[in-house]
Amino acid sequence: MTDEKKVEQPAPEQSQDNVPAPAGEVHPVGTRRGMFGVHGSGDTSGYGGLVSPIVYPAAAQRPFGGWYDEVADALEERLRADGLDHAVESVVIHRGEITFHLRREDVVAVAQMLRDDPRLRFELCSGVSGVHYPDDAGHELHAVYHLLSMTHNRRIRLEVSAPDADPHIPSVVGVYPTCDWHERETFDMFGIVFDGHPALTRILMPDDWPGHPQRKDYPLGGIPVEYKGGSIPPPDQRRSYN
Amino acid sequence: MGLEEKLPSGVLLTTVEGVAGYMRKASFWPATFGLACCAIEMMTSGGPKYDLARFGMEVFRASPRQADLMIVAGRVSQKMAPVLRQIYDQMPDPKWVLAMGVCASSGGMFNNYAIVQGVDHVVPVDMYLPGCPPRPEMLIDAILKLHDQVQHTKLGSNRKAEIEQQ
Repeated sequence: MTDEKKVEQPAPEQSQDNVPAPAGEVHPVGTRRGMFGVHGSGDTSGYGGLVSPIVYPAAAQRPFGGWYDEVADALEERLRADGLDHAVESVVIHRGEITFHLRREDVVAVAQMLRDDPRLRFELCSGVSGVHYPDDAGHELHAVYHLLSMTHNRRIRLEVSAPDADPHIPSVVGVYPTCDWHERETFDMFGIVFDGHPALTRILMPDDWPGHPQRKDYPLGGIPVEYKGGSIPPPDQRRSYN
Repeated sequence: MGLEEKLPSGVLLTTVEGVAGYMRKASFWPATFGLACCAIEMMTSGGPKYDLARFGMEVFRASPRQADLMIVAGRVSQKMAPVLRQIYDQMPDPKWVLAMGVCASSGGMFNNYAIVQGVDHVVPVDMYLPGCPPRPEMLIDAILKLHDQVQHTKLGSNRKAEIEQQ
């Protein structure tokens, strides 16, 4: 006979994790204009006129669902016991991953709690990454820590922000020694100074290199390539046909 | 007329330059300077299928003090450039440099702040070998062309005259 009626299942891309935040509940951190760094006219591809907003998902409301509540409760309890109630500025849950946005002064204390408390036990820190949002005045540089709990099989993320004028974040090397070289890399590429780091020097670029290469306003640094009868400009200058 | 007719048969005449050139090219020890992907191809050409031993080059000397040829195989970052220069300076004369691959020749696909755009910004290069990576046969071809160059290098005052001319 013909096929029977299948049980209605939500498609995987429509599962709870992957539903985007409802409109109006995102927090914009800037706009991205044009692809490939094209500015002004002369670009005939149409990509130069592209304007897309860079948005952050909004803070999640309690109850979070799943094991997120356990972790958030345990952390909150420990924070209250130590008088650090306001260390966690917001919690964001997006695409099945939870991010705790912290105040930068408290990152070491929170990392210590996350590592030592038996209900949390986030022993492994995969490293520190830097992010640069040039349009988000007052919170331009972010440092992101990815933590893994092997005992409970959970992953969380901590995010700390610092303004460009005062790019200092306390170093978590005392709690997670892995972050030693990761913090050096983040310093080298973004200019975030980690207070309390034993030896904060450049690790990828030569020691006397000026500037911080992975910031959004740092140029690509290419040179034009010369051929017989022509020269091709570097990739970030190529699409303007002026 | 000349010396050749007065000699008994079985005596071969040559020049000092010829002999010196032959000696230098026949046992031309490379220094290992494999940095990135081209190093794999360099290792392969030292392996059994594309044998470099048949040209007297199977000994890749780890110490630059014992090497004649520096094969810069791979991209040189800004941080590595002074190290490259130091290794080059530690090689005794006569020495040659072969820039293997596009990254060593001109920066290759990495046209950015982190990679030196051609190792000739740092050391004088005798042979450029394009390719990403060049096949072992291409590397052997470049090495043989370099052998020709070495064979025909002049010595002493002839060399000075040659350099003046260039």
